[in-house]
Amino acid sequence: MKDILQELEDRRDAARLGGGEKRIASQHAKGKLTARERVELLLDEGSFEEFDMFVAHRCTDFGMEEQKPAGDGVVTGWGTINGRMVYVFSQDFTVFGGSLSATHAEKICKIMDMAIQNGAPVIGLNDSGGARIQEGVDSLAGYAEVFQRNIMASGVVPQISVIMGPCAGGAVYSPAMTDFIFMVKDSSYMFVTGPDVVKTVTNEVVTAEELGGASTHTKKSSVADGAFENDVEAMAEVRRLVDFLPLNNREKPPVRPFFDEPGRVEASLDTLIPESANTPYDMKELILKIADEADFYEIQEDYAKNIITGFIRLEGQSVGVVANQPMVLAGCLDIDSSRKAARFVRFCDAFEIPILTLVDVPGFLPGTSQEFGGVIKHGAKLLFAYGEATVPKVTVITRKAYGGAYDVMASKHLRGDFNYAWPTAEIAVMGAKGATEIIHRADLNDPEKIAQHAKDYENRFANPFVAAERGFIDEVIMPHSTRRRVSRAFASLRGKKLQNPWKKHDNIPL
Amino acid sequence: MFNKILIANRGEIACRVIKTAQKMGIKTVAIYSDADKQALHVKMADEAVHIGPPPANQSYIVIDKVMDAIRQTGAQAVHPGYGFLSENSKFAEALAAEGVAFVGPPVKAIEAMGDKITSKKIAQEAGVSTVPGYMGLIEDADDAVKISNEVGYPVMIKASAGGGGKGMRIAWNDEEAREGFQSSKNEAASSFGDDRIFIEKFVTQPRHIEIQVLCDAHGNGIYLGERECSIQRRNQKVIEEAPSPFLDEATRKAMGEQAVSLAQAVGYTSAGTVEFIVDGARNFYFLEMNTRLQVEHPVTELITGVDLVEQMIRIANGEPLSIKQSDVKLNGWAMESRLYAEDPYRGFLPSIGRLSRYRPPAEVVEDNRVVRNDTGVFEGGEISMYYDPMIAKLCTWAPTRLDAIEAMRNALDGFEVEGIGHNLPFLSAVMDHPKFVSGDITTAFIAEEYPEGFEGVELPGDVLRKIAAATAAMHRVGEIRRARVSGRMDNHERKVGRDWNVAVRGMSFDVTIKADQTGSTVQFGDGSTLRVSSDWTPGDQLAVIDIEGEEGLVLKVGKISGGFRIRSRGADLKVHVRTPRQAELARLMPEKLPPDTSKLLLCPMPGLIVKVNVEVGDEVQDGQALCTVEAMKMENILRAERKGIVAKINAAPGDSLAVDEVIMEFE
Repeated sequence: MKDILQELEDRRDAARLGGGEKRIASQHAKGKLTARERVELLLDEGSFEEFDMFVAHRCTDFGMEEQKPAGDGVVTGWGTINGRMVYVFSQDFTVFGGSLSATHAEKICKIMDMAIQNGAPVIGLNDSGGARIQEGVDSLAGYAEVFQRNIMASGVVPQISVIMGPCAGGAVYSPAMTDFIFMVKDSSYMFVTGPDVVKTVTNEVVTAEELGGASTHTKKSSVADGAFENDVEAMAEVRRLVDFLPLNNREKPPVRPFFDEPGRVEASLDTLIPESANTPYDMKELILKIADEADFYEIQEDYAKNIITGFIRLEGQSVGVVANQPMVLAGCLDIDSSRKAARFVRFCDAFEIPILTLVDVPGFLPGTSQEFGGVIKHGAKLLFAYGEATVPKVTVITRKAYGGAYDVMASKHLRGDFNYAWPTAEIAVMGAKGATEIIHRADLNDPEKIAQHAKDYENRFANPFVAAERGFIDEVIMPHSTRRRVSRAFASLRGKKLQNPWKKHDNIPL
Repeated sequence: MFNKILIANRGEIACRVIKTAQKMGIKTVAIYSDADKQALHVKMADEAVHIGPPPANQSYIVIDKVMDAIRQTGAQAVHPGYGFLSENSKFAEALAAEGVAFVGPPVKAIEAMGDKITSKKIAQEAGVSTVPGYMGLIEDADDAVKISNEVGYPVMIKASAGGGGKGMRIAWNDEEAREGFQSSKNEAASSFGDDRIFIEKFVTQPRHIEIQVLCDAHGNGIYLGERECSIQRRNQKVIEEAPSPFLDEATRKAMGEQAVSLAQAVGYTSAGTVEFIVDGARNFYFLEMNTRLQVEHPVTELITGVDLVEQMIRIANGEPLSIKQSDVKLNGWAMESRLYAEDPYRGFLPSIGRLSRYRPPAEVVEDNRVVRNDTGVFEGGEISMYYDPMIAKLCTWAPTRLDAIEAMRNALDGFEVEGIGHNLPFLSAVMDHPKFVSGDITTAFIAEEYPEGFEGVELPGDVLRKIAAATAAMHRVGEIRRARVSGRMDNHERKVGRDWNVAVRGMSFDVTIKADQTGSTVQFGDGSTLRVSSDWTPGDQLAVIDIEGEEGLVLKVGKISGGFRIRSRGADLKVHVRTPRQAELARLMPEKLPPDTSKLLLCPMPGLIVKVNVEVGDEVQDGQALCTVEAMKMENILRAERKGIVAKINAAPGDSLAVDEVIMEFE
């Protein structure tokens, strides 16, 4: 009997060693942790329950039957993050380079099926050379099985991907369909076709890092939502993100004890808006001063910086924030910022996370590059996302809310629940100069008259009161009391119930 | 007494004067430029008059505009503060012509003392020892070089109308004399509208000690002890104290009496300051007389109990001095730290912007401790490029010098300023510097002790140990809170452990925390313990930590991944708190080096490119001037750090650049 128990321990020890000590050392030498070490850091200490530790591949071609390491290159199971259940798979680069075989895929599918059934997030730690070429089409089938589950899980449980090594070819499409992708700087890359193929086909010479490193995907392509310094930081920050998210789409977002007075007054916000309408200011200061404990988890910080997206807490409860950033491109909407914010709004709506929108938007960015790039349809994505969202929506207009962009940014007309404006708000079709030149075209040659018209226009429209007269603004609030007003607004919306008409699914302008 | 007084100034000094006026029941009028619409002094005053665009030479120092404000409001007296019009005799004359009282000395005294060349002559005639130098006006750079050689290097090149370090340069050779003359002249012209320059011997290893005098119009004059202002950077005072740790009673008396007789020789009334250079043998040389209230006057107030602004107003009102020399007793010790919007990590370059956070320490008046903060700013206010970068004067008083220093350390630790670069870490560093603590200082202190600039403070191991204990306990509180999030799996909650590892500045502390209702006992690997307690909760940006039952640490707390950014005692630390297993794995992570910027010339401060001295393809030598950036009216010459060839120039004269924008690239 004792021998049998001992055999289990021995088999476990062998399985835990993955590709062996030499490969583990090589993994460490690259500045990377092993699949199991990552899982340890991701989950609460001692909470990991592993599945399929002894699963081995079934391939008999190319001498594969000679080596059948237990686990087959991926560690799967469940555990807790601050006591809340999550499912996890972590690819083991020390075993066949983390390559995906039919059985490797089956392991991932198993935990995804359980995650959907039991209502808990899926976190995938990707570190894989790609398909197990020896298995041929079985490997491709494996990918597709995973893809199908990513699609089914989308909007049911949060899915988070962390790219912690290579992720190339078909492998990229599983992370691509998850809610968030994070990368580790300098040790991860993802692309559909690698530098060698790129060189053959397009004659471009590019390194893997340039083509698909963390910098590329967080700044240029927007494929990744964030990048972290190393594996340790990445796991700590994914834990931090999970603390903001509900476990599934049937649950309310989590609440945790907080140490920040919801009625906290921030007198300094009364001077946040500069004297001159053309002077930028940092919208992040407002976000930090509204948030509990100035804690803000930013999503896509380095991409389309003219809009800010991320999570804060109010009275301990998660809230998604979308805010125009006047520091960049005057905070205008364009193709990139519309796409970025639209995806974020839809994530929040899918998982019942209330949305706070902070508006200072001069309009859509003009230009051929925008029009040729299809800003009409991309801008419509954000409009669509806001309009279909049924979660509590609170909007604060701090300064400009011009033209169509006013409508887009969670306006009253898109079923905004609370639409507040600061006294500095200007809700109008456009700025005074532009409006005057159209309305008073006849006086265009008379600078004095035009100046007077512009002044009249400003007096009439460069304030929140015209909109307030019509009820488009529910209340004009003092900047210093923004945290209190917004917190109370969301508190009053905790019981909000709103349903869109039945449909198979909508047809958002993709 | 006057009913209404106008303060012809801005910032902290305007606020300071308003406070005393209010105490005396006098109505106050502020003046303000476009840049100061929201300023604190405007809010504090009973009335405020707008006097023009932001640049001082179009607002605060335009006599006609100030006179209009006086007429408009019916102010009976004007307090000029320091700087601006405070030593402008034309302004005093204009006031006299309209029968408005000037809270300051008579025109003649200003004229006699205000001009450095004239004042030195008067002092010499009065038998006061003066520093050798050239009294006449200097024609051009060649002349400056010739005179410098006559006086003998090193020489000080000064703006005749200057003050506060502006328009002042030290030259050690002909080249520097030439360059210094030109830049002093430029600065003098833009700051004071008077570009006269003079040159004198630069006394090495000197202390700057000044005497505060008060004289009334009835022939009474007293001195209120001295202030030591030796802690200066580029002739700009940074830390002052009273009394001086260096003077003996006899020297103090001799300096004081000379100062009073000099003041009376020119018919001085009001508060004034006679500045001396004192050498190691306690020989003192007259430097200049400031015919106004000094920035650092609070330290004198703290050790004498005299409100100098009140005395100035009473004297201006014609009252005789109610204090006799024999009444003046120096009690205890006072320190002043000037908080500048200057980034110490960037060579103290001016920093401008919005004060997203500004929380000074609480002002207290206790038997053994006074904390006073004279300020002109507030959270949410703007530090503009137009005026002096000094934003507050933090003063402490205690019975002894060491206690006053300790009070200052704690007050500085509790001072929260965010949004701009500032010199708080540097001030803290000086307060902990052994030479400063011993009182062994000269005006060369900063240049000698921080020759490579300020690169932060390395805290001693015992302080790091305390920080480790505090942050471990703080982190644990945060983790316990995180483990109480809703949606947990019942009966399978996360158990937050007691064992932690704290990594800070290359040191690693393994600790075990035993927490109870009143605090935590933190046990270190060697078995020793520290008892820490605090009412800090997650998110608080300031943590007052009691260690072993006594106030031990005041920490500014920021968030970083897996730990805290801790600022205390001039140090800026990344502190990681991890479980033992996390720490073990973290040690496997590669050290990442910051990107290489050695081939770039970055703009060190927000400013305007005035001049670009090189062209693409030029080979530049180590130390060669590359371009000039003007910020806060100071011309800063950026020099090559090493030999190289200019590959690309991204900026042209007239461009406004932000911090770290690339001005030029080298091959």
